[in-house]
Amino acid sequence: MFLPVTLQLLAGFGESLKIFLLTLLFALPLGLVICFGSMSRFSPLRKLIRCFVWIIRGTPLMLQLIIIFYGPGLMFDLPAMPRFTATIVAFTINYACYFSEIYRGGIESIPRGQYEAGQVLGMTKQQIFFRVVLLQVVKRVMAPMSNEIITLVKDTSLARIIGIYEIIWAGESFIKKGLIWPLFYTGAFYLIFSGLLTILFGKLEEKLNYFRG
Amino acid sequence: MAILEVKNIKKGFGSTDVLKGVSFSLEKGQVLAIIGSSGSGKTTLLRCLNFLETPDEGEIWVDGQLLNGGNLTDEQVRQNRLHFGLVFQNFNLFPQYTVLENITLAPKLLKHTEPAAIREKALKLLDQVGLLQKQDAYPYQLSGGQQQRVAIARALALSPQVLCFDEPTSALDPELTGEVLRVIRGLKDKDNTMIVVTHEMDFARSVADVVIYMADGVIEEMGTPEEVFGNPRSEKTRAFIRGAQQSF
Repeated sequence: MFLPVTLQLLAGFGESLKIFLLTLLFALPLGLVICFGSMSRFSPLRKLIRCFVWIIRGTPLMLQLIIIFYGPGLMFDLPAMPRFTATIVAFTINYACYFSEIYRGGIESIPRGQYEAGQVLGMTKQQIFFRVVLLQVVKRVMAPMSNEIITLVKDTSLARIIGIYEIIWAGESFIKKGLIWPLFYTGAFYLIFSGLLTILFGKLEEKLNYFRG
Repeated sequence: MAILEVKNIKKGFGSTDVLKGVSFSLEKGQVLAIIGSSGSGKTTLLRCLNFLETPDEGEIWVDGQLLNGGNLTDEQVRQNRLHFGLVFQNFNLFPQYTVLENITLAPKLLKHTEPAAIREKALKLLDQVGLLQKQDAYPYQLSGGQQQRVAIARALALSPQVLCFDEPTSALDPELTGEVLRVIRGLKDKDNTMIVVTHEMDFARSVADVVIYMADGVIEEMGTPEEVFGNPRSEKTRAFIRGAQQSF
């Protein structure tokens, strides 16, 4: 029984991993865009973005998944997105908002003197951000980002609500065959994967330890 | 002709007038020391010269060129800043770069010179501030005095026409101020035009060609060190200098 269960769970976990990786791929940069919006000196844009972030962070991801999948069809008579696309859209928006707040905290924690030093040396705004500030921000947001990314691993299980066959669904399907241990087995997948991520983040933090500030 | 001419600079923040009309000029190779108590507008004046603040009124002329006419674009402001260098009170080195990289970063981004020449000049400047052996160190591995000397080399790497110092020794332990002041003194001998905002009265007296005493956003007194320290005309200046001497 062990091998077929393992294969079935692996298939489910493959789906979870796909959600995880694609969400990161889109949400990491989108978070930066939202972050810039929420720090904009143009106050209508800033308020709009902050309101959006409030809504996304203030409602359950599960609700957002349902609305993004069913909403276009029910409200505007539009064809529904494929389930997987809807999942990625919902996860990306949700996580980009959380990331944006982490980025904002990181960027605002960089002393003004760093920007001014770049300015008096004749650097452009872009050069100051990318050559002076960014790496310092990356170092400062490492710990909260690893937190959020490990949460994402586990949140992928929410996708089943719109019919994505992810690992917990795969594990649960064995219950009707009278097997409970595959459910515990799914937990092992999560533990091993988040363990690997913890090691990876530890390595990254170590890499950035060559400087202080 | 004066390399720097400042005419009637005014600057307020909200309802507070910090600079109430400041004018002076500086010849090439001269060192100007600006003294005065906290809140007198010294730092704001330097920040205006470096275009970190925009004066509400007044003109800044460098080498016969008016820098601040009308509304400036970001690019014009950036170009204007290159006439000046600024050494900060808190050094503000870039922590993720080595000493050498801190110095070469801006010149490399400007692309006015070949990378090899930039590196060579940076090493020469490091040697000048006595830190050649620290070129591969990171800022956190240096003492405050060493960091400030690197910051001076970094500012010099762009060959500014006027190099400004904003209380360069105020964040340093007393035993480290000497090494920084020695470096600044050495720059004078190399004919750099400099403006030094400082609380080090002995230093101002011995290095400056011109001393300005600022109080309440205006130049209360301006003259040679002998005039300002030895024979101040204004009662305010006399009181300030007496106070500064008593604190030793």
